[in-house]
Amino acid sequence: MFNFIIRRLFWAIAIIFAAMTLTFILTYMIPADPARQVAGPQATELEIANVRESLGLNDPVLVQYSRYFWNIIHGDFGRSWMFRRPVTEAVFGRLPASLQLGIAAASVELILGGAIGAISAVYRYKWPDRLSMGIALVALSLPSFWFGLVLLFVFGFLIPIFPLGGYGEVKHVVLPALAVGIPYSAWYARMFRSSIREVMSEHYVRAVRAKGLSGRVVFLRHILPNALIPIVTMWGMDLGSFVGGLALVEVVFGWPGVGWQAVEAARSLDVPLVMGSVLLVSALMAFANLAVDISYRWLDPRVVFD
Amino acid sequence: MTSSTPIGPGLDPALPSSQPEPDVAARGEKEVEFRSHWGYAWSRFRRDRFALLGGVIALILVVSALAAPLVAPFDPIEQFAEGLTGDFAIPRAPGSDQFILGTDSLGRDFLSRLIWGGRISITVAVAANIVSITIAVILGGIAGYLGGWSDSVIMRTVDLALGFPALLLQIALATVLPPSLWTVIIVITVFGWVYPTRIFRGQILSLRERPFVEAARALGAGRIRIFAKHLLPHLLPTIIVFSTLRIPTAILTEAGLSFLGLGVRPPTPSWGNLILEGTRFYRTAPWLVLFPGFLIMFTILSFNLLGDGLRDAFDPRESSH
Repeated sequence: MFNFIIRRLFWAIAIIFAAMTLTFILTYMIPADPARQVAGPQATELEIANVRESLGLNDPVLVQYSRYFWNIIHGDFGRSWMFRRPVTEAVFGRLPASLQLGIAAASVELILGGAIGAISAVYRYKWPDRLSMGIALVALSLPSFWFGLVLLFVFGFLIPIFPLGGYGEVKHVVLPALAVGIPYSAWYARMFRSSIREVMSEHYVRAVRAKGLSGRVVFLRHILPNALIPIVTMWGMDLGSFVGGLALVEVVFGWPGVGWQAVEAARSLDVPLVMGSVLLVSALMAFANLAVDISYRWLDPRVVFD
Repeated sequence: MTSSTPIGPGLDPALPSSQPEPDVAARGEKEVEFRSHWGYAWSRFRRDRFALLGGVIALILVVSALAAPLVAPFDPIEQFAEGLTGDFAIPRAPGSDQFILGTDSLGRDFLSRLIWGGRISITVAVAANIVSITIAVILGGIAGYLGGWSDSVIMRTVDLALGFPALLLQIALATVLPPSLWTVIIVITVFGWVYPTRIFRGQILSLRERPFVEAARALGAGRIRIFAKHLLPHLLPTIIVFSTLRIPTAILTEAGLSFLGLGVRPPTPSWGNLILEGTRFYRTAPWLVLFPGFLIMFTILSFNLLGDGLRDAFDPRESSH
């Protein structure tokens, strides 16, 4: 177990290192002149040249790369051109909102997907199964940002139950969480259904049935926990990817998360903020996946790594 | 309807599936082997109503994309004075005599814009998919067939790519690259190859242990010949299935990027940037947001139905029903 954790930790560090190299290359490729961006629109050629020198943009690539590397391992991710403050502050400032929406959306997908998947598995080939799998097929074809716009139009404008946007209270999070959670829950329903069917055909399930346990006890005590294992793994990874991955829905609902900020930064060519968001979210995801891997092993002792 | 579906060209749909082909002796031995496998798949496919429905809708969408200049009633960027009504120049609602699906905020025919937008969206998705699947076949083939260090390098790269925040990195790429259709295709491809590579590698890994590969090797066939002549034909059904099932992801990525203003840019219409334009007028002209979204949904649904059906037809053991 210890060796396993150490190896996964090295993998997480490798991901962060790769993200660092990638963001550096992308920054280097940018067609706009960073010095001009930092100096501002009214700057003279001399001022721009000074800024270029002070930013070290005249140094060789490898020198710039090692400086970038050195700064990052010391926690300096550069300054946002748009907000004129450190990238770390800007990203961490938006993190609570992203986490809130991510957790809400992930809860919707797990609860809805789990319930529909379980019903489908129990009533396989009967009408509840066919109906829910049909709905799931349509739901997973929904683009979440468009579905969000439709939800806004119906429940924010035509029947004004929920606010048209904003952040802070529970009522604000409902529509964006549904916009993400409903399409994703369709995948969960499909996966959970096949996972339950798989466990149902295991020998140990037949054994407890033969022992005379009631159907309900067999399902709740023996089938459900085992069928949940692959779902929990997927859920943990989703939770990690939702932190930066919900940019579209955040834009639709004006939700002040990391993703929306990254989109705004991209639109105004704020390169340090875009790259810093990629890098910080990569690091977060790497550690979220690490936690998932460890909990996977804890949940299912049968899984042996190496 | 059944006979007009395009899937499985060159196959003989008239043959019953459960019986051997009547004229086995008349044809070459090798050809019968090959055709019968595809023939069985076709006969299973054409009994799958949902797959056929998906195939027909996908065909209609692809044809309308290719034939947009012929199908669209108007030029998608021509602004009509009669396309706007009232003192405030409000777009015409769907159902007007001249403009079947109404007009947009500049008095342009919305049906024509939807058809041309679909042409861009579908072309971009298909082009990105062709590149992604080609990369995946090459990398998956190398990793699965050669193994060793090339396998380690490719699969570690796959794991790395899966560990990255895809959407954020795509946004970063779209920021850095010059705005063009090629950029959108590259941005979709950057993550598009990852999952198929994994699948194809697994498939090759099991195929290469099969006796016919050993037989070919025993006869002196080289690696490239074995790969091209013996492994690739067996990989083809998987390639077809995944080419179909990956179209929705490509469509969604294009729509999302264009909606953010980082993908296909106006005046070129795409379903994604049509939704973006529509959001500004959603109170007065909600159809501008609703119709392109419905089209995206139908496209994704039809390719998913088609892909699931193809998978079941090629490999009935892993049926999803």
